Amino acid sequence: MNPSNELSQPLSPAQTSLGLGVWKRFRKHPGAIFGLIVLTLLLALVVFAPLTAYDPEVSDISARNKPPSIQHLMGTDALGRDLFTRILYGGRISLTVGIMVVVIGLVIGVPVGALAGYYGGWLDALLMRITDTFLSLPAFLVLILLSAILREVELPLFERNSVLTIALVIGLLSWMTFARLIRAAFLTLRELDFIAATRALGGSDFRIIVKHILPNAIGPIIVEATLELGSAIIEESGLSFLGFGIQPPTPSWGNLLSNAQTHFTTQPWLAIFPGLMIFLAIISVNYIGDGLRDAFDPYKVLDQIGE
Amino acid sequence: MAAYILRRLLQTIALLFLLSVVLFALVNLAPGGPLAGQGQSRHVSAEKVELLKRQFGLDQPLPTQYIIWLAGNDWMKVDVDGDGIKESSGTRYGILRGDFGFSFRTRKPVLEEIGGRLPNTIYLMSITMLAAILLAIPIGIASALRQYSKFDIAVTTFSFAGQAIPEFWLGLILILVFYAWLKNPFTGQPLLPSGGITTLGLQGFNLGDRIEHLILPVLTGALGWVSWYSRFMRSSMLDVIHKDYLRTARAKGASNWVVLYKHGLRNALIPLVTLLALDLPYIFSGAIFVEYLFAWPGMGRLYYQAAEQRDYPVLMTILIIGAATIIFSNLLADILYAYLDPRVRYE
Repeated sequence: MNPSNELSQPLSPAQTSLGLGVWKRFRKHPGAIFGLIVLTLLLALVVFAPLTAYDPEVSDISARNKPPSIQHLMGTDALGRDLFTRILYGGRISLTVGIMVVVIGLVIGVPVGALAGYYGGWLDALLMRITDTFLSLPAFLVLILLSAILREVELPLFERNSVLTIALVIGLLSWMTFARLIRAAFLTLRELDFIAATRALGGSDFRIIVKHILPNAIGPIIVEATLELGSAIIEESGLSFLGFGIQPPTPSWGNLLSNAQTHFTTQPWLAIFPGLMIFLAIISVNYIGDGLRDAFDPYKVLDQIGE
Repeated sequence: MAAYILRRLLQTIALLFLLSVVLFALVNLAPGGPLAGQGQSRHVSAEKVELLKRQFGLDQPLPTQYIIWLAGNDWMKVDVDGDGIKESSGTRYGILRGDFGFSFRTRKPVLEEIGGRLPNTIYLMSITMLAAILLAIPIGIASALRQYSKFDIAVTTFSFAGQAIPEFWLGLILILVFYAWLKNPFTGQPLLPSGGITTLGLQGFNLGDRIEHLILPVLTGALGWVSWYSRFMRSSMLDVIHKDYLRTARAKGASNWVVLYKHGLRNALIPLVTLLALDLPYIFSGAIFVEYLFAWPGMGRLYYQAAEQRDYPVLMTILIIGAATIIFSNLLADILYAYLDPRVRYE
């Protein structure tokens, strides 16, 4: 690897755009492409859920406990509801919670990390101690405690552990890695010449943080956001599986699996399919994250091809 | 090094203090407060709840309550009957002196509750972790030594999938297969039991019975760890293989075995050891899903039961223990790292 040599080469048009370069490297990662296809399929299924012939909450007594068939692709439950339809609607909930958690994590983590990394000093020390405190909490146990408490709350929008409640609870415990990543990026970037130049030109702190430093830290943030999506999905389904998360009759992948427990030895499809969906969502998101990590890190690719 | 450890210990204490504030605030700002679970399911009269509140000091402002929780109230006078005169001494000693209170659910001291469960969790988790490590290390090494071979690709794919399988789903599927579907050909009984530590009513210690009860929980719990550790071992070994000191060892004429295992593996294991130290808390807090699914009477199940009935004293104690083990294992990992890798120096 010889940097000076590389710089002397004229840039081809494709290399001038960060996005295109990343996509070119991402494409070469078979797992990432598999993940992208599976996740796109899942999203499409979930978005077009209303096109199925069944209603997720209307029971049909004549069609109780039916095994998978042409009419009911994944069978029906004890109330005769079509499991495939319920899984699609459950997917809406599970994926929505996942995305909301990532957004909340970013909304808390990015400012915390940016302020700590940019200003340093006592502010950095304070914010990092708070981050450490959150990191030393046994996260899943705290999630259980919070959602067990909030399950009893009777406020509009938050009632019976709504999607919003669960997303807030998980998000509150999911910002620390973002904060640490951003802080680390800011610590290096703020010392660079172009930042000094911007400051000399009279750029305000806010402008420097938002327009000059943050865009340069985008790679690790995107990678971490992807991985966080995966862990948010698994945390929501775990909570719902134990009965602390999204409450029935609203379906989520976790509570569908939870409902399956009573009769799963005689109606195994009830247990197999919801878990399969969680598995597919997690593995595709993880593969995408892995591919993005390689794609944003050109040196790793250079290593692999032996440059 | 000693100065470093001392400084880290002081930081740890400060961190634990911060944590105790966070946890205390969490429970006390909850709707209904810490006694919310009391008035509902159990037949406790309103007067009794008032009396309990005064006895526990729950009628005090929050900062006072925090001090009582931490240091007890036996050194101050308390107004128990609510007539405005502080006549008797408090009865709490505070968590600093080991008084974690009584379980709302069973009325037994929290520490007694935990004492009954902790050995079961350590028993299950240490076997799970041990099985995971013993499998993952050879898999990771073999995979690294044949990078990009069919075996390596199979291992990487498997470990990626293994990390994505939710534990609670895997457990259900294993119960389905080994309990509901597969039968013992001689007795017609399920091939493996679906829960518990031993068969109910069994007298004395029966090793075979113990092992039968361990198989499914250990499989369920270990898969994720095997995937995670083997991935880690693979990349750690790959890292080391390309280092100059291995080339030097080869150039000096050391045999392949000596190069790989004496020089390579020993260095590749260093990050794994520190990773293990970081995962130590799980041995105490346990795998909540495994214990829940397999009716394993350990800490994870206790926590689940306590959360179901909002048994705050038990929940708080387990959280404090969990957080403390996380902080101490972080410290342990740092110290181990410096000890195993002489290049690492902390000032």
